[in-house]
Amino acid sequence: MRNVWIICQKELRSYFVSPVAYILLIMFGLIFGYFFWNALGAFVFESIQSQMSGRSFPMNLNEWIIRPLLSNLTVVNLFFIPLITMRLFAEEKRTGTIELLATSPVRDIEIILGKWLAAVLLYACLLLFTAVNFAFLFKYGNPDWKPLLVGYLGVFLLAGALLAIGTFISSLTKNQIIAGAVTFGVCLLLYVFGWVSGYETAAWARVLSYLSVATHIESFEKGVLDSKDAIFYVTVIFLGLFLTARSMESLRWRS
Amino acid sequence: MIKVTQLTKRYARTTAVDQISFEVAKGQIVGFLGPNGAGKTTTMRMLTCFLPPTSGTATVAGFDVLEQPLEVKRRIGYLPETPPIYPEMSTYEYLQFVGKLKGLSGADLSKRVDYACARCAIADMKSKLLGKLSKGYRQRVGLAQAIIHNPDVLILDEPTAGLDPKQINETRDLIKDLAGEHTIILSTHILPEVEQTCEQVVIINKGKLVATDSVRNLQARARGAESVLVEVAGRTGAFEPSMVMQKLERVAGVSRVLCKQQVDTRAVFEVESSKGSFVRGDVARAIVESGWDLNELRPAAMSLEEVFLQLTGTEAVTQPETPVEVQA
Repeated sequence: MRNVWIICQKELRSYFVSPVAYILLIMFGLIFGYFFWNALGAFVFESIQSQMSGRSFPMNLNEWIIRPLLSNLTVVNLFFIPLITMRLFAEEKRTGTIELLATSPVRDIEIILGKWLAAVLLYACLLLFTAVNFAFLFKYGNPDWKPLLVGYLGVFLLAGALLAIGTFISSLTKNQIIAGAVTFGVCLLLYVFGWVSGYETAAWARVLSYLSVATHIESFEKGVLDSKDAIFYVTVIFLGLFLTARSMESLRWRS
Repeated sequence: MIKVTQLTKRYARTTAVDQISFEVAKGQIVGFLGPNGAGKTTTMRMLTCFLPPTSGTATVAGFDVLEQPLEVKRRIGYLPETPPIYPEMSTYEYLQFVGKLKGLSGADLSKRVDYACARCAIADMKSKLLGKLSKGYRQRVGLAQAIIHNPDVLILDEPTAGLDPKQINETRDLIKDLAGEHTIILSTHILPEVEQTCEQVVIINKGKLVATDSVRNLQARARGAESVLVEVAGRTGAFEPSMVMQKLERVAGVSRVLCKQQVDTRAVFEVESSKGSFVRGDVARAIVESGWDLNELRPAAMSLEEVFLQLTGTEAVTQPETPVEVQA
């Protein structure tokens, strides 16, 4: 456990010593801020409309702002997760520092966990940025905080799963660009696999749709904590890290 | 300390290391010698548990590299060919990180970091970013990293590659200095390095073990005969190398004379003599008395180089980019 933390600290350091972390934070903040502003604008417009037409239109902050924003957040993830994970192993393999880690008295799995944990923590910083926006909702309105919390948990689990996949892909190559591009492609595919369920009900379509990371986020976005979906993400995390361990081992046998 | 038996590493198409066996006793400095691509790095990587052997075994301090890699890694300090440094870290942070990784903590850690810095003469560079250090300093940081946890065994892969002659000497001195406390294996393709720093030498070529012996024995093996190089110049315009050769061949004890090169009125001869007979004085006298000038007389370098060439049967041992030894 100590070794995991040592590796994690080192990774966090290299994120925050270089401009990488700050640029990701700024871009993420800008993008999410824009989404938030838009959602808020639409909400205000709709509520004025409904007042003028005299309809009693039940406007709910959770329904109108938080839910669509969380859903947007999962899409933004697709772009940011490859940027976070692409360097994790690829860079060490290119510069040869992987040799230092692999010949130190630490287990492969400790190296992998440390790196993944650092990526998760950096992602948590990004999420913290979005919380600044939501804080305004709580100041000027009174949305329900429980669904928001569940939604955050879902987004966090989803990100953890995609980060594990990204970590695995980064361990396959020396080239960061390749790692990033492949991670983006895989994440996007996993995201849109769910679309087939719209027109097809055969077994393969249901399997494909089940594999989609987007299918399992819906319950969280509604504020429903479904253990089935949580277990899905945890399983993907385990799978990703397990594959990374296998890939590190094969690196030793092949290189 | 290190025992390697029938160690083999096979890749899909090639055999990088083919059934190598050797032993290293505690406290020895062993030179691991071979042309580029001979399998030195692969062997070292197997010893450091970076690569698993295809067959055969290797043990370090009694621990098998496959069975108990963590125990082996704890006892090994390893400097790969390119120092494994993170450019965005400062020297101090880097050594702290490596120290922690090797299991040090607390007061022990800072003591060892200070010790390694002092030992490798990088104390002034503590707060500098590694990315900004020169090649020589990076190499030293790499060495500091290898000794930080006071390992029993140091494995250094071409520790002097790419350094300038002054740095090479400093690094060699440092390695010799460290020999007291650690068992050292260093790989190189530069022969004088082995002669200067190592006691024992393991020569491999194309993955196969060619020779393993002490440096002294290997030199003696090659020195069946002794030879000196003589540069002779004619005083007047007339100068016939064949005349010089005849003259030299008549000196007592000389067994063979070769004309190595001739420029205008100067020529270099290699004079071979049987072992133990000191012919240099007679050779010099013979030349001067015949009215020629003796420009130079020095022992021909009967070094590991010849042994190496004999054993490996390769011509291009020293690569063009290898630093040429500055003759003192």
